[in-house]
Amino acid sequence: MTERTPEPEQFASLLKDRAPKLLACANDNNIEAAVQILIELQHARAPQLSSESDVMENLREKALLLHDNICNGQFDSALVNLQEMQNVRDKGLYQEIGRLTRALHNAITNFSIDSQPTDEVSELTEASDRLGYVIELTERAANRTLDLVEDSLPLVTAIQLEASVLKLEWQRMVQRDMTPAEFRTLYWRLDQYFQKLDVDTAVLSGNMTQILLAQDFQDLTGQVINKVTVLVKEVESSLVELVFMASQVEAITGIIAHGNDAHRDSARDDTQGHGPAIRPDQADVVANQDDVDDLLSSLGF
Amino acid sequence: MKILVVDDFATMRRIVKNLLRDLGFTNTHEADDGTTAWPMLKNGTFDFVVTDWNMPGMTGMQLLEKIRADEQLKTIPVLIVTAEAKRDQIIAAAQAGVNGYVVKPFTAAALKEKIEKIFERVG
Repeated sequence: MTERTPEPEQFASLLKDRAPKLLACANDNNIEAAVQILIELQHARAPQLSSESDVMENLREKALLLHDNICNGQFDSALVNLQEMQNVRDKGLYQEIGRLTRALHNAITNFSIDSQPTDEVSELTEASDRLGYVIELTERAANRTLDLVEDSLPLVTAIQLEASVLKLEWQRMVQRDMTPAEFRTLYWRLDQYFQKLDVDTAVLSGNMTQILLAQDFQDLTGQVINKVTVLVKEVESSLVELVFMASQVEAITGIIAHGNDAHRDSARDDTQGHGPAIRPDQADVVANQDDVDDLLSSLGF
Repeated sequence: MKILVVDDFATMRRIVKNLLRDLGFTNTHEADDGTTAWPMLKNGTFDFVVTDWNMPGMTGMQLLEKIRADEQLKTIPVLIVTAEAKRDQIIAAAQAGVNGYVVKPFTAAALKEKIEKIFERVG
């Protein structure tokens, strides 16, 4: 697809014509001339133009010939010139398509997306697995933390309640507003409270430590997310490359794209939600609950 | 007071339920999106709905619109607790008849204040 089929007859006649000269040059040790003939033959075999400037130069030559032929009234030759110009344009086009095809192939290969399932997992599949892992880790940590808090709260409440009762009793004792029997009860109640305090605060302290440890997911998920971010950036640049190439293909072949991206974007339904606001400094996003309240009260809410 | 907590993340439902319990609301039920919430609302006698916005199936916003369009449920107070923070979205929610809007991450105090305000207004 990247090379044009050579015209066999033209090439054959050129070969017959040049072969004796090539032989003569070789016999005379005129290597330079022989190489020139070889290059000429190679060009005839695979008529490719090395660059855009070649195409322009070629067109310019043909245009001058065309001009001369028209001025001299040689219309047959002029028509031949026109055909040749068309051929030059076609060659340029084929060459460009060939280049784009190779680039496209490379870009797709870089994507690591395999349409056929293979033993090797593609990077993108791995990335979604990694993100799944992040969800799993964060969920586990949240549940563990919530469990520990739920275990701790009743202990704290009990300690608090008993403390407030004992505080009142203690004040009565300080004010000497207490019978000896009541004092004895308070005495043992305090003793029990201190023992319970000792045990319960040890449990609470252990729970706190475990809550601290449950936050270890941050380190792991942070690393995973960083890796995925790098991959997303790579994919993005590959996509930009692809889009750029597609636009070149469109430019060369004259395809007009009826893009409605902007329309599609603006039409995105607000009811579907946008997810958490990553950058609260954006103009259309509220920064905090106060902003929400201000906005709602401005609406007479 | 029977409350329905709608959120697709179980941990968030748990956090909201815990906060509600601290506020003295113990009769709480859970749904993981609008689609599951709807039959519960239709068949149950809920007094209050706390819902997230962004959920698979039916979103919180769609649930709100559905509640407001339903003869039987249209007066039930709805509080949206969400990470959705676009101004247009908040305005849309207000226009759809939301009773309160709390953005995540939120504090227990913020949730308490909004809930108290809602019951003050509703009576």
